[in-house]
Amino acid sequence: MSASFFPVATLATSLAAAAIIFLLPEGAVRARTGLNLGAAVLKIGLVAWMVRGLSQGQAYAVEFPVLEGLAFVLRADALGIMFAGLSSLLWLFTTIYAIGYLEDSPNRRRFFGFFSLCVASTLGISLAGNLFTFLIFYELLTLSTYPLVAHRGTPKALAAATLYLRFTLTAGLVLMIGMVALHTLAGDIRFGQREILAEFGPEQRGVLIAIFWVLIAGFGVKAALVPLHGWLPRAMVAPAPVSALLHAVAVVKAGAFGIVRLVYDVYGAEFSQALGLLTGLAVIASVTILYASLRALAQVELKPRLAFSTVSQVSYVVLGVGLFGPLGTIAALSHLLHQGLMKITLFFCAGNYAEELGIHRIDELDGAGRRMPLTSLAFSVGALGMIGVPPLVGFLSKWYLGTGAVQAGMPWVIAVLVVSSLLNAAYFLPILYRLWFCPGPDHGVGTWPEERHLGRFETSSWLLLPMLATALFSVMAGLLAGMPFSPLEWATRVANLEYLP
Amino acid sequence: MMSAANLLLWLALVAPLLLGLLAWWRPPRHMRGVALAGGVLPLATLWLLPRAGEGALHGSLSLAGLSLHWRLDALSALLLLLTQLVLLASAAYAVGHRRAALPPEATHARFWPLLGGLVLALGLIWVAADLLLLYAGLELMGLCAVGMMLLPGKAEAIRAGLRYLLYALVGSLAWLLGVTLLLGAWGTLELAGLAAVVEPDVTTRIAMALLTGGLLLKAAIFPLHGWLVPVHSSAWTPVSAMHGALVVKASFFILITLWRLLLPEAETAAGALGLLGGSAVLWGGLKAWRADSLKQVVAWSTVGQLGYLMLLFPLLAGTAASVATLAWQATWLQLAGHALAKAAMFMAAGNLMLSTGASRLSGLAGTSRRLPLSLMTFGIAAVTLMGLPPSAGFTAKWLLMQASLQSGQWLWVVVLVLGTLLTAAYVFRVLRCSFVEEAPRHDFQTLPRGMDLVPLLLALAAVGLGLVAEWPLSLLRQGGVP
Repeated sequence: MSASFFPVATLATSLAAAAIIFLLPEGAVRARTGLNLGAAVLKIGLVAWMVRGLSQGQAYAVEFPVLEGLAFVLRADALGIMFAGLSSLLWLFTTIYAIGYLEDSPNRRRFFGFFSLCVASTLGISLAGNLFTFLIFYELLTLSTYPLVAHRGTPKALAAATLYLRFTLTAGLVLMIGMVALHTLAGDIRFGQREILAEFGPEQRGVLIAIFWVLIAGFGVKAALVPLHGWLPRAMVAPAPVSALLHAVAVVKAGAFGIVRLVYDVYGAEFSQALGLLTGLAVIASVTILYASLRALAQVELKPRLAFSTVSQVSYVVLGVGLFGPLGTIAALSHLLHQGLMKITLFFCAGNYAEELGIHRIDELDGAGRRMPLTSLAFSVGALGMIGVPPLVGFLSKWYLGTGAVQAGMPWVIAVLVVSSLLNAAYFLPILYRLWFCPGPDHGVGTWPEERHLGRFETSSWLLLPMLATALFSVMAGLLAGMPFSPLEWATRVANLEYLP
Repeated sequence: MMSAANLLLWLALVAPLLLGLLAWWRPPRHMRGVALAGGVLPLATLWLLPRAGEGALHGSLSLAGLSLHWRLDALSALLLLLTQLVLLASAAYAVGHRRAALPPEATHARFWPLLGGLVLALGLIWVAADLLLLYAGLELMGLCAVGMMLLPGKAEAIRAGLRYLLYALVGSLAWLLGVTLLLGAWGTLELAGLAAVVEPDVTTRIAMALLTGGLLLKAAIFPLHGWLVPVHSSAWTPVSAMHGALVVKASFFILITLWRLLLPEAETAAGALGLLGGSAVLWGGLKAWRADSLKQVVAWSTVGQLGYLMLLFPLLAGTAASVATLAWQATWLQLAGHALAKAAMFMAAGNLMLSTGASRLSGLAGTSRRLPLSLMTFGIAAVTLMGLPPSAGFTAKWLLMQASLQSGQWLWVVVLVLGTLLTAAYVFRVLRCSFVEEAPRHDFQTLPRGMDLVPLLLALAAVGLGLVAEWPLSLLRQGGVP
């Protein structure tokens, strides 16, 4: 019973929360807040229970046929539960943040309803047991994020939402074609049944390679691989919690996770390497990393700079996938989590600067460290982590990428890493310099663009606490990387499953 | 000698007409009553379903020396069930609609017998096993549909309704000519008998061309769709729902039945029909995208969505058995999903227009805040039309794509992709209008709650059908696939 209960219950928590939120009247703020937080906490509990059970060797799966020879499969495996854990943890913080951020703004029912649908889809993606189920939730994610991006209803927001849809719906179709083609060729492949494709003869390899790239093109849009990244910087007009969602928790992660699933659980790392697919991935990822870092450098506003930084950082995951060998895999999987922790902190900080002080441009940040020390501290932690300063988590990712590159026999990747770290430093360090060392309005130079006093502390506690929590988590994930259940440790466990028979 | 099952079937077929006459005499005031009275019908069909799969239900009626053959197989039982569900929803909605839109009482009462007649006609078409019974069903359906379209009594409704009548009569003429030719050449009207003796000679081809032309006209398949959109623009919402969901599809059902039996190997003609379908998908999608009133968007979308059904022809003719099986399931799933979703969408659109008092898209500004439920219903119904997961539209598209790839007919994959993108374009154009915040304040009319609930249930059914598709499809496979 418990085998099928937990995946279904985890998914149902968010779905039910979404349904009830839609039914509650707009004015029922307290009920909605309670429901949101309750569902988020309950979900963390359920996921934590499955993590515990999995490490004790239990299995959680449920499935039923949808078509002849095609099933809807929910299954918690080590890789899936890792992503589920990340999204449900960050979900709680994003929800708290969103409650504070949207205080007294209109259409909160719609916002939180779709917000919950969005987390339901993310969980579905992480627990999906085959490509068909994955696609169901992947598309649901597209649909449920559209109203969030369009939330403000301004022409700019609507245009960004339309662009987002054009990219993601087209990508969804491309993905569907690839999946149907693979299904026609090989039937219903459950994640982890790597032997099915590996047994195909050489005459079908061409088709398999073609299908692989079609699927990568489909995933690449959400994962924001250059040149398919155009929607992400434009979607910056959405409210800050939505940005956190797009960049750290759900959307780009779903794309990257799809690539991880495709390579490790459908084609299998060894077969992908044999088909020569991994080198291609590493090249695409490297181009994305460098190009997006350069673009980030050119931005004068904070959120677009963070957006291009996301484009570049998510490709570290893809780069790790492209490096054949356990170390590359560990880098890819752990960075999936690490990037989420760091990036969500940075977006919370950006939102706080905008809400409290009205700051949108980087040159307005002068001296903000004195006015908002905790926010600035958190921002510094996130930024230094992104650059890869030890002992923060970003360092771990880069270390494993570097050693993984050596293991895979692709030493040129190290040069990419060095250049990209330099670029990371070039676009983050000036911000830190402005925050801490430039005199600003609190030193009597100039004024803040639009200062508000939202709370007792430097800003509202609803905005402050989740940000501090995620910053703390990203420090701890680095310091305690050797402990059981740390992202790195769990990533190592998954990598061992992939490479050891 | 009629068995209990046969008796029940005919009761279920005739009951809508009797209920309709009853309602004419004494119009129902509450949705609950309608739901209770009509709710028995789907139950009866559910009971008949397993028996239909065994092929036990068939027979003939003797009327004035003519014998009319009928049979209930799994497909016709499933279609009957679908018809009854949509009937139930439309009837319940109509009660609320009368209260909210306030048409003259006497006029509205005439809606009920016409609705009953329409459903009887649909039922006859699903179970008919000879051309004469099909003809009777087709004519009854056409006349009832025209009658319902004329009900609003406005000049534009009458103009559109009479044009519809004209088209329907032309279609019937072509049909009659075709039937006469077949009867003259092969001496029987019974489908099974005809299939046994017919040969693909010139007479059969001419007859089929005539029959096909007539049916394409009645099914509003591109390029013979001209009558459909004006008719919907002025019709009452429950009428549009019923019509868009089922009436046009009955003609498609007859079309595919005839081709399967009489000319199963005609690949060129099937390819041409598929091309018509592809063009319908594109043209309907484009027109829906450019339309500027909500009802026109929904009506053009019907033109486009019907095109997907036509892809069955090229995927059945001369293809491998596995491809045919996939396409066969895909088409009926698509038909059912579209029927539920389109009925829901017409109702949701009707609600939006009734509440805002505006029919243009720009009138929707602010509705996402004021009428979230109707808008949400519209959106959920649109998920099926776009073929996004987990809806029936998605599962059907998956099967169609699989069939196309397996048979190497790549063109249909392109059609599916473009159709999906066009559908998304027109759907989100509507939703986008509703997100605009700086809206002039309308006085929104409050509607009876059931009017929101009925389409929501239909839309959710269309989405859920995608996940439980294996149930009807397994019945369909047992019932035999071409």
